[in-house]
Amino acid sequence: MKKKKTVKIQHQKRKILKRRKPNRSRIGDFFIYLFLILVALCMVFPLVFAICSALKSLDELFIFPPKLFPRHPTMDNFFDLFVTMGKSWVPFSRYIANTVMITIGGTAGHLIIASMGAYVLAKYDFPGGQTFFRLVTVALMFSGYVTAIPNYLIINRLGWVDTHWAIIVPAFAAPIGLFLMKQFMEGLPMSLIESAKIDGASEWKVFVRIVMPNVKPAWLTMIIFSVQSLWNNRGATFIYSEERKTLVYAMQQIQNSGIARTGQAAAITVITMLVPIIIFILAESQVIETMASSGLKE
Amino acid sequence: MKNYLSRYIAWRKYNFQLALKKAKKRKMCYIFLAPYALLFTVFFILPVLISIFYSFTYYNILEPPRFIGLKNYINLILQDDIFLISVKNTFLIALITGPLGYFASFLFAWLLNELPRWLRSIAVIIFYAPSIAGNAYVIFSIFFRGDTYGYVNAFLMDLGIINAPVLWLVNPDYMLPICMLVILWMSLGTGFLSFVAGLQGIDKSLYEAGYVDGIRNRWQELWYITLPNMKPMLMFGAVMSITQSFGVCEVTMALCGYPSTDYAAHTIVTHLFDYGYSRFEMGYASAIATLLFLIMILCNKAIQSLLRRVGT
Repeated sequence: MKKKKTVKIQHQKRKILKRRKPNRSRIGDFFIYLFLILVALCMVFPLVFAICSALKSLDELFIFPPKLFPRHPTMDNFFDLFVTMGKSWVPFSRYIANTVMITIGGTAGHLIIASMGAYVLAKYDFPGGQTFFRLVTVALMFSGYVTAIPNYLIINRLGWVDTHWAIIVPAFAAPIGLFLMKQFMEGLPMSLIESAKIDGASEWKVFVRIVMPNVKPAWLTMIIFSVQSLWNNRGATFIYSEERKTLVYAMQQIQNSGIARTGQAAAITVITMLVPIIIFILAESQVIETMASSGLKE
Repeated sequence: MKNYLSRYIAWRKYNFQLALKKAKKRKMCYIFLAPYALLFTVFFILPVLISIFYSFTYYNILEPPRFIGLKNYINLILQDDIFLISVKNTFLIALITGPLGYFASFLFAWLLNELPRWLRSIAVIIFYAPSIAGNAYVIFSIFFRGDTYGYVNAFLMDLGIINAPVLWLVNPDYMLPICMLVILWMSLGTGFLSFVAGLQGIDKSLYEAGYVDGIRNRWQELWYITLPNMKPMLMFGAVMSITQSFGVCEVTMALCGYPSTDYAAHTIVTHLFDYGYSRFEMGYASAIATLLFLIMILCNKAIQSLLRRVGT
């Protein structure tokens, strides 16, 4: 009799284990889904709102009560940006070109320089290496505002004020990129590197041909973080010539110019926000793979 | 004693020579690291040292810096009322949005982890998008605009809750809460991604073993299995969130103006900008920067030692 009971219990246990998720109740799942949907709606609403208002014509923007979705979507606001700003002294496309240049230059340099550093820090044990890496992790702990003023003084001394170098070169040394790259490279098997060396490859060749192709997910992650910070960089402290200003700077000028420019302000907001989001969508799975090694060990 | 000392020195010397030998063998490491190390020193280490140095001087760029000891710090704490307001605001924002954003990051990463793969990747994009959307938060200044065109005003007036438009971003009573709301909206950032990745990396067989060992619901599972396995990510997320929440300034400047009415949304960083870029009192601004640096580092260290105890 007793034996039968235990068999029955074991049978039940196995049945629950067989279900895809043990320890989960249906009701709990339902409420969690509901909660997630509600929060997701709140998160996405302002972004959708921005996109929708960029597609509205001016008379539709001030309709009361307001409608979220435009009835007659137009691209007028985007064209207006080029038209109204095209007549001004500096054409709008110039701001875009500046920002694109800063973003590509800064990201490319950051990728190369930080990967080189990360490679030796991750794969070789050499005096000073650990100490240096610890300094980099400390640098993660304070934001750039702390160093804003001395940075200005240094860049002034270097003669880079009012040039794009003032934004591009400091971006090369962003600590988060080196940190993530190093953590990811630690997972790379040492045997891979050694076998290439036995075949007679030089250090540089090993780095370019063997190491870099194997850490592509980490590249994408570095690119995401770097693009995100450079694309949104206002550079207002370093750059004052109109023809060198960045997109975000121009955006603030448009946003401050009153209610009649609401549509254009929304259009430029959409342009600035879509680029980082699209890059993230394209690279998401690789980014997640990299972040799996992002942990900060004691 | 002398004997001991000389032996200690000899030991250090030996270690040093050993290190030197090793360094010579690994010359290539230094060559690879050199470009990054140089830039990192110039743009991260040197500025901190310069900032500490200038914080003890009076420096206005035109004249050479003059050493004045601790006077900057004394003035900051005893005489500068606006600095105290900014400290209060920064701590209020950091203490509310920091932990809330951190827990929200973990909570959503944890809940999303149960979703099927395709749904999870869409959800991660939705939750992460606000933090990388750049200046998209200025949209909130349209929602909270002070006249009847502002959507929140229009909505509340329509419902009859208020009968005159509220100046949301000018009235000191509302400024901070609105800024916090916006910061929270953007708080699922790098830490959140790290958590999502960390949760996916936990070995599935641990959960099955836990089930056999008598774990009965998702809360026990969270505390005994998930959290201890995520410790490094939790640390990383904490660093990111602390750094961000004490450096708050962009949102408050964009929404409430700079300077804001009655300094009600003044933060340490905007105070630093005020003295550094508007009044060119670099010594004073450096003192503010140094204090902020100390606050961030100490807070990070404290939280890290706290997190070490999770799940034990």
